[in-house]
Amino acid sequence: MDQFIINLLFVGASFALYIGIAVWARAGSTKDFYVAGGGVHPITNGMATAADWMSAASFISMAGLLAAGGYANSTYLMGWTGGYVLLAMLLAPYLRKFGKFTVPAFIGDRFYSDTARLIAVVCLIVASVTYVIGQMTGAGVAFSRFLEVSNTAGIWIAALIVFLYAVFGGMKGITYTQVAQYIVLIIAYTIPAIFIAMHLTGNPIPMFGMFSTHTESGVPLLDKLDQVVTALGFGAYTGGVDNKLNMVLFTLSLMVGTAGLPHVIIRFFTVPKVADARWSAGWALVFIALLYVTAPAVGSMARLNLLTTVYPDMATQTENYDKAAQNPIRYEDRPGWIRSWEHTGLIQFEDKNGDDRIQMYNDDSAAFADTAEKRGWEGNELSVNNDILVLANPEIANLPPWVIGLIAAGGVAAALSTAAGLLLAISSAVSHDLIKNTINPNITEKGEMLAARISMAFAILLATYLGLNPPGFAAQTVALAFGIAGASLFPVLMMGIFSKRINNRGAVAGMLVGLLTTLLYIFTYLGWFFIPGTNMLANTPENWLFGISPQSFGALGAMLNFAVAFTVANATAEPPQEIQELVESVRYPKGAGNAPHSNAALNH
Amino acid sequence: MADDTSNAAEYWKSNVRTILGCLVVWAFVSYGCAMLFRPLLAGIPVGGTDLGFWFAQQGSILTFIALTFFYAWKMNQLDAKYSLGE
Repeated sequence: MDQFIINLLFVGASFALYIGIAVWARAGSTKDFYVAGGGVHPITNGMATAADWMSAASFISMAGLLAAGGYANSTYLMGWTGGYVLLAMLLAPYLRKFGKFTVPAFIGDRFYSDTARLIAVVCLIVASVTYVIGQMTGAGVAFSRFLEVSNTAGIWIAALIVFLYAVFGGMKGITYTQVAQYIVLIIAYTIPAIFIAMHLTGNPIPMFGMFSTHTESGVPLLDKLDQVVTALGFGAYTGGVDNKLNMVLFTLSLMVGTAGLPHVIIRFFTVPKVADARWSAGWALVFIALLYVTAPAVGSMARLNLLTTVYPDMATQTENYDKAAQNPIRYEDRPGWIRSWEHTGLIQFEDKNGDDRIQMYNDDSAAFADTAEKRGWEGNELSVNNDILVLANPEIANLPPWVIGLIAAGGVAAALSTAAGLLLAISSAVSHDLIKNTINPNITEKGEMLAARISMAFAILLATYLGLNPPGFAAQTVALAFGIAGASLFPVLMMGIFSKRINNRGAVAGMLVGLLTTLLYIFTYLGWFFIPGTNMLANTPENWLFGISPQSFGALGAMLNFAVAFTVANATAEPPQEIQELVESVRYPKGAGNAPHSNAALNH
Repeated sequence: MADDTSNAAEYWKSNVRTILGCLVVWAFVSYGCAMLFRPLLAGIPVGGTDLGFWFAQQGSILTFIALTFFYAWKMNQLDAKYSLGE
């Protein structure tokens, strides 16, 4: 059967499954799903949270960045899991006790200020829209390959499907649909990884295979990879990082961002008990980690597979890499997966030295320039977009067509579930926190729904437009969103719980400083509102302040937020007695009461 | 009432202490072993590379899981001890 048909079948079947579960769940007693006490077990909730959380950035993009950066990009792995520790200990249980359903609602009430609520809405929207840009980039890659269209067409198709899914779905609220999405996603990710690990190392468990011996050459896989990449002028895969400050700040930025992202926090508002909020965070992390410990294996093995595809002699080599490097494959003998990805424009070949062969190496390295010249190479000829790696992985490893179909379904599930979750967070912030609570309290229920849909449509159009010229690979764009959320929302949420002294003025000043400094730093290098060409400085390490990348600035933004909020609060009047009592009450699980109706939370 | 207040204050103190302890471990494995102290761990080989690399790509994630479960377990103990649970 044609690969195209198989992909459609798999994606179609997974959609039928989600819709089927949604219908089945509605037909049963709705009460069982939502009302406190009866409801969802922490393990189930953890699985659903994992599906919600793992987006195109985790599924499609992260392994590609690991493959390209090796050790240096471990930051994504640690940052996106370490944030859960913060979330579980510093936010989730107390926000659950507080018992409202949106992040701006907590901020508005705790800091007894509509201004604070409004600024929280703005922070939420900026972070979420940036996040959706990353999803559109990833979903665009998936759709362009599987529907065999250009990348631009892929992004527009993805936008349409995400919009329909978010508006007409309402599936978001149904935990079991997300459990199904998680299962599809994790199977799709691990099956190709197991095949590849078996093939390269004989060890079927990818996380162990990565540290085992490469069968063809008899040296440890990571050693082998280091040898291959250095023979082509790239930095060693496991090599160190010069700028440790940036590495630390980037990881911290992702961690505080994880704990500050509204669509993740929202999940913990609706668990039955405070204790369950703590357990749920643990289980969510377990299910996330299943993918996250597999990702580095996928990245390293894909990099090795890719390079030994271009230089077949390198696979068995242990010493004479120079000779192997001079015998790359002919362009006309390139495998089918390169041909199919060329259609999307995400793989490009240019025969710079006119020898009809594919040379792939690091032409940015000055130290390697001599070697390249001796070999008669005139520049890197094959450019491969990092974001295609996970999706192309089964094809690179010659796996059967059904595995390719499966990974298509997984990629689509990852992008859709998160994008829909974010759009709902945006629309609830606009319709509920902004319009109903601030601008027009008399708005009808119908008017509120309409406002929610209009804001969703607007958000997706904006994200799609910016996704056509994204500020980076999917995971890098998403990292910016984390920086923004971490710099603006996380500090005030945490201080709102752990300090009784932080008042309305402190919170407002803190959020503004965190948000504005971070945005200013990002826009300076990536263009105003991410519009290409409007950046004031080129986005290169030499231009960065103290070598801090735009993706890492969120950590500094968060520190500024803390410092400003603390100083301003201490210089002004302390919060009224009832607010101090409110803070006291969120600290103890006793008397938490029922969870808010999660359906209400999502439709607001 | 006075008893209730001091009881609650004790509970909150124990909670903050637990969090701080967990965060020390959290920072030690990720910022410590995986990044800043990696050169010190370079002598310990793990499958073709060193211990620091393992911590960066797997070890810290596994530690994070253990930490969140430990915290949930510990807080349940505290909830019961101070009768402040649900």
